[in-house]
Amino acid sequence: MTAGESDLQDLYQEVILDHNKRPHNFRAIEDGQKAEGHNPLCGDRVTVYLRIEDGRVADVSFQGSGCAISKASASLMTDTVKGKTLQEVEQLFEKFQAMITRAPDAPVDELGKLSVLAGVRQFPMRVKCASLPWHTLRSAAAAPDAVVSTE
Amino acid sequence: MTPSSTRTGAELDVQAVRMDFPILHHPVHGKPLVYLDNAATTQKPQAVIDRIAHFYTHENANVHRGVHLLSERATDAYEQARETVRGFLHATDRQEIVFVRGTTEAINLVANSYGGSCVGRDDEVLVTTMEHHSNIVPWQILCEEKGARLRVVPMNDAGELRMDEFEALLSERTKIVGVVHVSNALGTVNPIAEIVRIAHRRGVPVIVDGAQAVAHMRVDVRALDCDFYTFSGHKIFGPTGIGVLYGKAALLDAMPPYQGGGDMISSVSFERTLYNVLPYKFEAGTPNIAGAIGLAAALEYVDNIGLDRITAYERDLLAYGTDALARVPGLTMTGTAGDKAGVLAFVFDGVHPHDIGTILDREGVAIRTGHHCCQPLMDRLGVPATARASLALYNTREEIDVLAHALDKVREVFV
Repeated sequence: MTAGESDLQDLYQEVILDHNKRPHNFRAIEDGQKAEGHNPLCGDRVTVYLRIEDGRVADVSFQGSGCAISKASASLMTDTVKGKTLQEVEQLFEKFQAMITRAPDAPVDELGKLSVLAGVRQFPMRVKCASLPWHTLRSAAAAPDAVVSTE
Repeated sequence: MTPSSTRTGAELDVQAVRMDFPILHHPVHGKPLVYLDNAATTQKPQAVIDRIAHFYTHENANVHRGVHLLSERATDAYEQARETVRGFLHATDRQEIVFVRGTTEAINLVANSYGGSCVGRDDEVLVTTMEHHSNIVPWQILCEEKGARLRVVPMNDAGELRMDEFEALLSERTKIVGVVHVSNALGTVNPIAEIVRIAHRRGVPVIVDGAQAVAHMRVDVRALDCDFYTFSGHKIFGPTGIGVLYGKAALLDAMPPYQGGGDMISSVSFERTLYNVLPYKFEAGTPNIAGAIGLAAALEYVDNIGLDRITAYERDLLAYGTDALARVPGLTMTGTAGDKAGVLAFVFDGVHPHDIGTILDREGVAIRTGHHCCQPLMDRLGVPATARASLALYNTREEIDVLAHALDKVREVFV
């Protein structure tokens, strides 16, 4: 197996492919706030829906079209942040961002299910795909009906 | 040095051509490079690389200014490059050849200068569904400024322009038609001579985006009778940052300057400036001298091989590629026009083009994925993005086989 092939297996792990095929929380939330994110480079679009109660994420979901990485990242993100406080979400985002942008051999924090996306580090061109849902989530939390772009 | 590819023979000798392009012999991810992103930019033959190095080693100076020897050499080489471009496009006169940064700047020049003086309130600019953003946005900006309207010629599902609609959309309000010669996203070759004939019946001038055409087919601006023709050097084996605007002398002559500055004037006082003659009126500031000279070397390289030979070779390769991709399960071609050049675009059931691009890259295969700067076209096709393999004269059937094999890997990962 060549280095390229093992990188690919890191990137397209079974869990990621599953989330791509059957994404969790792939629906709209009618009574919450939302933001739209797009990556002009590849045409990816994601809308993140969010309902906050008492400073906690009561419900979160997403819709849109995108590559396997952005879809899996959105799916895993919605699973992970549900029930968390906005402050905890912010900390998760920072750790996640560090994980996918750090040098391939640098140690990263344990991030539970989100750790399957660490393989993105080998593919600098794909970092934006993984981070798009998170940027969109943050802007949904900050300003309802915002549009964000990775450019 | 004569490139190895110019050895005689009726057919293009692709192995000899490949020897002229050093980058093709450097592996990526430990695999041989299969470069199929030629519609984005082409690789450069040694002749072009050497010519640019020679300029900086032996001829570098500013042009049209100094009386010293180097300035004379640089000016001669730069103006000789203009003559080479003229011959390449079969234009009448070298004053019709304006050096610009690329196709985008050429279109912006015409939109600003010609459009700025000829398009008014309630006038119309006519473009097509399959235009690159570079032949949409400059006209949108112009229309917004002038209170004019941008109208769009639709296409059929195969990716061919609806010529009946084109004719119906032309009116006394139409001030200019902008059309792409070869679609970068579909490969469709548009019938430019016919489009020009129809537009001219109404007295409407036509600007052609030739960025994707010049490397694949002979272009004769007099035979096409187009009013403006534009292309970029880097898409025909030349350097980036240099391109060409061809314009009929009478039109260019009547147009106001695009940018002001040095070299575009004949005399300046604070009261009044007299503009320089064509083409210098449109070349403000120090031009991309080495770029123009490198472009000329690229055009000579192409001419030595012969565009007719290149067209024939690529047509065969495109047909081979079309057949090979048709056998890949789950793959659908986008762009199935009767007349195509250089482009194999496709979508894959359940796999986003971006993921295809990443997996292919690890197999050494470079393709482009995304909207190809044609978002309105993607909307028309009903897809967010496509994958595109685009051909050049150095690609081989074996490389197409590698592409098809790599697409099998995509299926293995995703299906």
